[in-house]
Amino acid sequence: MKIHQLSVFLENKPGRLRAACAELAAHGISIVTLSLADTEQFGILRLIVEDWQKARTTLENAGCIVKVTEVLAIEVTDEPGGLARILDTVDRASLNIEYMYAFAEKRGGKAVLVFRFEDPDTALRVLKDGGINVLENVKLFRLA
Amino acid sequence: MPLSALGETRLRRLQATVTRAYDRVKLFHQRMEERNLRPQDIRSLDDVRKLPFTVKTDLRDTYPYGLFASEMRDVVRLHASSGTTGKPIVVGYTREDIAVWTEVIARSLAACGLHAGDIVQNAYGYGLFTGGLGAHYGAEALGATVIPISGGNTERQITVLKDFGVTAICCTPSYFLHLLDQGALLGVDFRQLPLRAGVFGAEPWTQAMRERIEAESRLKAYDIYGLSEIIGPGVAIECARQDGLHIFEDHFLAEIVDTETLEPLPDGSEGELVLTTLSKQAMPMIRYRTRDITALIAEPCPCGRTLRRMRRIGRRSDDMLIIRGVNVFPSQIEAALLRVEGTLPHYQIVLTREADLDQMEVQVEVTPQVFSDEVRVLEELQRKLVHSIETITGIRAAIRLVAPKTIPRSEGKAKRVIDKRKL
Repeated sequence: MKIHQLSVFLENKPGRLRAACAELAAHGISIVTLSLADTEQFGILRLIVEDWQKARTTLENAGCIVKVTEVLAIEVTDEPGGLARILDTVDRASLNIEYMYAFAEKRGGKAVLVFRFEDPDTALRVLKDGGINVLENVKLFRLA
Repeated sequence: MPLSALGETRLRRLQATVTRAYDRVKLFHQRMEERNLRPQDIRSLDDVRKLPFTVKTDLRDTYPYGLFASEMRDVVRLHASSGTTGKPIVVGYTREDIAVWTEVIARSLAACGLHAGDIVQNAYGYGLFTGGLGAHYGAEALGATVIPISGGNTERQITVLKDFGVTAICCTPSYFLHLLDQGALLGVDFRQLPLRAGVFGAEPWTQAMRERIEAESRLKAYDIYGLSEIIGPGVAIECARQDGLHIFEDHFLAEIVDTETLEPLPDGSEGELVLTTLSKQAMPMIRYRTRDITALIAEPCPCGRTLRRMRRIGRRSDDMLIIRGVNVFPSQIEAALLRVEGTLPHYQIVLTREADLDQMEVQVEVTPQVFSDEVRVLEELQRKLVHSIETITGIRAAIRLVAPKTIPRSEGKAKRVIDKRKL
């Protein structure tokens, strides 16, 4: 199951990240996890939230540029070699990872990583065939 | 003829032009519809103010023939601007348009005191540029002897000037200054030549240039004004008084508008010249914003012509920038951005000077179409924008991607250039 990630363009200026977060807070939207990619000039804030449609509307109404991307949330055993095993499967299928980041909390003793694949559909199939647990949705993770 | 007698003719021509544009040109039709305007709403010359403006990008957007109001079989001539701002601008003429153009050039040359018997060296470039052929046809119609030498080859120009008994020359004022300099090197004294009139145009020039030209030769230097989008040279011309350019108001309707509010200004006020063609067939032009800054002179000219005058063009409203000695128009930056992004984003040009070197930064608002969750896609966009600007202007600019709606807009339009250089 693919989940929806929101990306927001941020200028590299003081207060830009806070403004985006404050906007979500004002609408009662909690951030499940996030990652910030930044360059000297700009940043891209990537967000996973429960209600991505509401978050998108909220941010767009606040004047943000928002892009929705499908990503996979993958369970990783929290032990040495846990991630390597998953990347093995990924490499053997020649899947291209654009970027990845981790969920802040663990789920039942396991870590969860967000993967942005070039081709999420193929990736989903390959990972499931490889017996790797891909989370069904964001809420499942929250309940754990 | 008194202008009042001309009024009826001008109104009739304006109405015909608007009808033609509305009936035959999609862009004009759409824009009039948006304002709930019909050609019959034009009941007086002042009603031209109800009509929407046309700008240079409209010609680019409808490239090549989108603003033509004639079938191609009726278009007997095409001209085009150089392609320095991306796509060139194409203009078309019917046989009637060529006749009008020929007439206004002939009148222009007559205003400069030329007539049959004069030998005219036409050093405007022949080709897609309107200057060469425009001046050529007009001079021939006047009965003058035309030397179609075209531009360039300075030594040959000087030989011809010297040997052919040339009495008048048509070229850009800066090229004539070049001829004077080169002539001096070759030992040719222009004051000894029969040359008595220079018809100079196609670029803004100053009174100081005129004084130098007239001091170093015996000729009188006249300013001719025009632009391809309207007809080419021959929209306005100086008379022997050399005090403002008479506009050929029977073929062109001139307005001056405030550069910020675009509201019409009274005679005497300085603003942007806006022109509407009154007789063009192939490409009628409605309220074309020339970007040239001038003022209309209401007082009658001592020469006796009743056609109103405009002051010489000293500057433009789009403020051509000089960056490290290179001329750059904001429109070139627009072309560069458009080429990469497909649609024009909001942008701002910021000029600074670091260690005596001009720096140009172009701030570009990110749009949903170009935004990506991947850093490398945005960095690639930056690289493409830098390359596109360098290709078109020759200047390497820094690109800064900024969030939407962060570039200030005034009057609904963004201020395009912030010049922080201390000159």
